[in-house]
Amino acid sequence: MNIISEIKISPESVFLNGTLISSKGITELYREYVGNYPKFFKMDSLCKLGFIAAELLLRDFSIEEKEDCAIVLFNESSSLITDRNYENTIIDPENYFPSPALFVYTLANIVTGEIAIRHKIFGETSFYVTDEYDESYMESIVRNTVLTSSPSMILYGWVDYKTENDYLASFKLMKN
Amino acid sequence: MIVKIADNILSPLGLTTDENFNSILAGESKLAVHQNVFGLPKAFCGSLFDRERLSKILAESITDSADLSFLEQLCVYSALQALENTGINPANPDVIFVISTTKGNVEYLSEDRMDKRSYLAYSANRISRYFANPNKPVVVSNACISGVCAQIAAVRELLSGRYRYAIVIGCDVLSKFIVSGFQSFKALSADACKPYDKNRSGLNLGEAAGTIILERTENPISEAWQYAGSSIHNDANHISGPSRTGEGSYRVLIDLLKSVDRSELAFINAHGTATAYNDEMESIAIHRAELDETPVNGLKGFYGHTLGAAGIIETILSMKAVDNSVVLPTRGYEVQGTTYTLKLSNQKKETVKKAFIKILSGFGGSNAGIAYRKGGIE
Repeated sequence: MNIISEIKISPESVFLNGTLISSKGITELYREYVGNYPKFFKMDSLCKLGFIAAELLLRDFSIEEKEDCAIVLFNESSSLITDRNYENTIIDPENYFPSPALFVYTLANIVTGEIAIRHKIFGETSFYVTDEYDESYMESIVRNTVLTSSPSMILYGWVDYKTENDYLASFKLMKN
Repeated sequence: MIVKIADNILSPLGLTTDENFNSILAGESKLAVHQNVFGLPKAFCGSLFDRERLSKILAESITDSADLSFLEQLCVYSALQALENTGINPANPDVIFVISTTKGNVEYLSEDRMDKRSYLAYSANRISRYFANPNKPVVVSNACISGVCAQIAAVRELLSGRYRYAIVIGCDVLSKFIVSGFQSFKALSADACKPYDKNRSGLNLGEAAGTIILERTENPISEAWQYAGSSIHNDANHISGPSRTGEGSYRVLIDLLKSVDRSELAFINAHGTATAYNDEMESIAIHRAELDETPVNGLKGFYGHTLGAAGIIETILSMKAVDNSVVLPTRGYEVQGTTYTLKLSNQKKETVKKAFIKILSGFGGSNAGIAYRKGGIE
């Protein structure tokens, strides 16, 4: 499998295949490149980030081409930012209102599901948590994926959301 | 080939695989209604560790146990038990740790909002470092399917040739965070759950840890449990509800049937959470895969849903069942409650077959399965 495209989204810049295409924030990117997927606004920040990064790599492929794509993502903070938001709904006994809409996003792999739903991808979705951004570690896990499965494409990479000033999505798309 | 060489289940039902298996054969469960635990305003029915009793046992077995969280201690204890008598030195570079947990030390969020202990990889590193293992542990975070995904990740690491042994540990402990979340979803049953039953009303949560040790070998002992096949598929349908057509689970089953034949299967050990949607979805997937004649069981009626541990402990119990020529009962099941009739029973049954399929489904539309076969040739 060869890498055919890549995207890097941070608060400062968006690079598609090495070219600076934007320096907008995540919601502005959604308005510019998608605009008609209201579910986006229900997502937590991690999912929004992963969603828009996947969008920019997968939008030119047909449903058939994407059907058995594997999605293999990594990060350091899992869903901790949403975990903290959910925690705030249960911490005060006098103001206890656990929110199911928040709770569902307290799992890092939900972002792989949001991407699968958007692109009708029925392939493998996997999420791994690691202590640092490490390209060769991610590559070794991704290479191992094809030891027990045979996807036609693999979308893989890093998606970590810490604060609105500190986030990174760095995805690559591999194809046979 | 990849074989299982050791295991352990640490649950409210026992400290070893044998204690757990014998409890299940005796029909036991620790599912009970708990009031005023974890600071929860509402009661819930679940299977909880006796923390006071267990903490003493953990402190006796683990060096400097106070440095580790309760969850980390459970993982270390379970791995220590599994390692006993294997001759494996976990400090060797040919050993890799694979950790499965959904929420890790999430309860530390309440104490210190940025506590590094709530980071899953930090916690996993502490577990592998306890054993002086030099490799970065693999941490799988795929919601309720993590326990099977961790086994698949381990198989891949072994097949890559980089490692000879994989120590796969699954663990989750309950907290206000987890229980309140499932309560907010209205997903919990008020009493012991009834998987696949007409009157099922939701799931129970449970605590457990489990360890499976896998080895890559060309010379397995006879009657060894061999990895046969695995698969992961998304439903591409909904982040918190299973597919109405069982699409992901169906695709998993079809993949697994490429490595095991229907005629070999002693049973399918299914997810069987006892929620209306999960159990119905699985019946559709099993029917679509033409596995209606294969016995099916679910073990949540004994343990509740043990989240990141479920895929590990349910795989171990399935191996143990085949070792003893039985199909374990589905505790809580009485009357068929799914569109398609599954071959379920609340009584144990005899079997002479030597292979099984373990399947799971979870949030994020995720589905996973793994097949094992005992002895024979692949």
